[in-house]
Amino acid sequence: MQTLDLSAISDADIGACESIAAEAGVNLKDCYQCGKCTAGCPLAEGMDLMPREVIRYLQLGALDTVLSAKTPWICAQCVVCSSRCPQSVDICSVMRAVRQASKRAGKRPIPEADIFDDEFIANVRAHGVSNEQYLAAAYNVKSGHLLQDMGNATRMLKRKMVGVGIHNTKGRSEVAALIDRALAADAARHAETKSENVSSAHAEGGDE
Amino acid sequence: MPMRYAYFPGCSANTTGKSFTVSTNYVADKIGFELAEIPDWNCCGTSAAALTSPELEVALPARSLAISERELPGLDVVASCAGCYRSLRTSLTYARKSEGNIGHLRELINMPYEAKANVVSLLEAFSDEDVRTAIAEKVTRKLRCLKVACYYGCAMVRPADVCGDFDDEEDPQSMDELMKLIGAEPVDWAYKTECCGAAQQMAVPKQAKPMIERIFENAAANGADCIVTSCPLCMLNLDMREAEINKARVAAGKAPFDIPCYYFTELIGLALGGDVKELGIDIHFHPAEKLLLVRELDALELEEAERAAAAEEARKKAELAAKIAAKKAEKAAKEAAAKEAAAETQATQTAVQTATQDAATQATDAGEGAAE
Repeated sequence: MQTLDLSAISDADIGACESIAAEAGVNLKDCYQCGKCTAGCPLAEGMDLMPREVIRYLQLGALDTVLSAKTPWICAQCVVCSSRCPQSVDICSVMRAVRQASKRAGKRPIPEADIFDDEFIANVRAHGVSNEQYLAAAYNVKSGHLLQDMGNATRMLKRKMVGVGIHNTKGRSEVAALIDRALAADAARHAETKSENVSSAHAEGGDE
Repeated sequence: MPMRYAYFPGCSANTTGKSFTVSTNYVADKIGFELAEIPDWNCCGTSAAALTSPELEVALPARSLAISERELPGLDVVASCAGCYRSLRTSLTYARKSEGNIGHLRELINMPYEAKANVVSLLEAFSDEDVRTAIAEKVTRKLRCLKVACYYGCAMVRPADVCGDFDDEEDPQSMDELMKLIGAEPVDWAYKTECCGAAQQMAVPKQAKPMIERIFENAAANGADCIVTSCPLCMLNLDMREAEINKARVAAGKAPFDIPCYYFTELIGLALGGDVKELGIDIHFHPAEKLLLVRELDALELEEAERAAAAEEARKKAELAAKIAAKKAEKAAKEAAAKEAAAETQATQTAVQTATQDAATQATDAGEGAAE
């Protein structure tokens, strides 16, 4: 664990951490740091912050530490942490909310994870369904891991699991419009939260 | 109980999950289980949508559910892929939580939607008593001697508030029960619901690879011949990546795994008389046919041994019964002889008595005569 200068933490940071928790439907005070989430996490050994620590830093308002952490981007969303938490803290949702906040802040410490999701959604936006072979190809190009799983791609082709044909949903324009509406609703909600946070931070700042 | 569902195949149904689809259709045909494909369904969005935005997470599955409600009214929806199942259930749970939620969903998908139909996994649909009975009636070959590690993965059982209480979060049993139904032997193991890494096997392979290795390790340590899955992504991560894991193990001086993976529908299909080709078992990455042949032979030999043992048992019983019968006959004969002897003695005694009496009577008569 790093040393944390608590006096350097601003009210805005604390507010932003609380917003992240609220987005996940979690009350940070519920967590008493037992570490059961970390104990059960199948990816903990590859993480920079343990799942328990992510919650701890959020409790402390250490926004930058949390938004720069690789952990939420390594998380596979298997939900074992949330399912075993004795306090019913939905840690898995917190990981999603941190990841989204990190992306909005322009951080994305593991670009590959972000590229994968963006390419996945772009694929669905274009075709209504996910075409795995094109998703994998687009991912390799954008992430720069050109040769990743290429041997497996050949094995898939040989088994006629994938081909060059693209599957499309008839209503793919409907799906594209749906994705745009959902993302617009998401953006609108965050614009609102942000302006609330900014105004409350200003109000608190004005007292000094 | 339902034998007819609206079917959400998912994006992998015709590609990496091909064997799941063909084996599902094979079993469904055999037992009269009807799958009506939802017309013009779209991708459920899976974890990519959930990680992108909560609105997208619930809206993408809702479109397919709304179409199903309109085109296949009254039918519950079945999803075979665990990822699709969890996404559809997440959207449904959200929709059913409040009027506000479902109203918001209708705006996002721009369609009427009432969230009437339930969503179940194929595993849940097959665990219904009527379906189990239909399967049991059609079994032509029990998959005896095949030790299976039933692997449910995470999305079939977690989170509980989304997946419901159909099965246990830590130690689910539905697939184990189906395997027992077709004669296979489920092993007790610890990684039933451990995550396979899902899409992270692509995005962060260095961190995620050990997850797969541990699943194979635990299955092997508990004596499993193979892993049985209920999700095309789990299947792909295990079956396709076993080779690369083995390569790394051999390089590190460890023994490679030889654990084929199957869809539970493939094994049910085999028990119903299907062959490896029509079930898609021939296109697995890790060779999956030899184990089945080895275990088929084992099962035949076991059957033969059991028959011989039963015959021997019957022979022993017959022998004992014969001995008992002989003994009984002997006993009866002895008893009869004894009885006869007794009767003879009795007869002799009676004869003697009679003779004595006769003599006495005669003597008395003679005496009386003389007196007269």
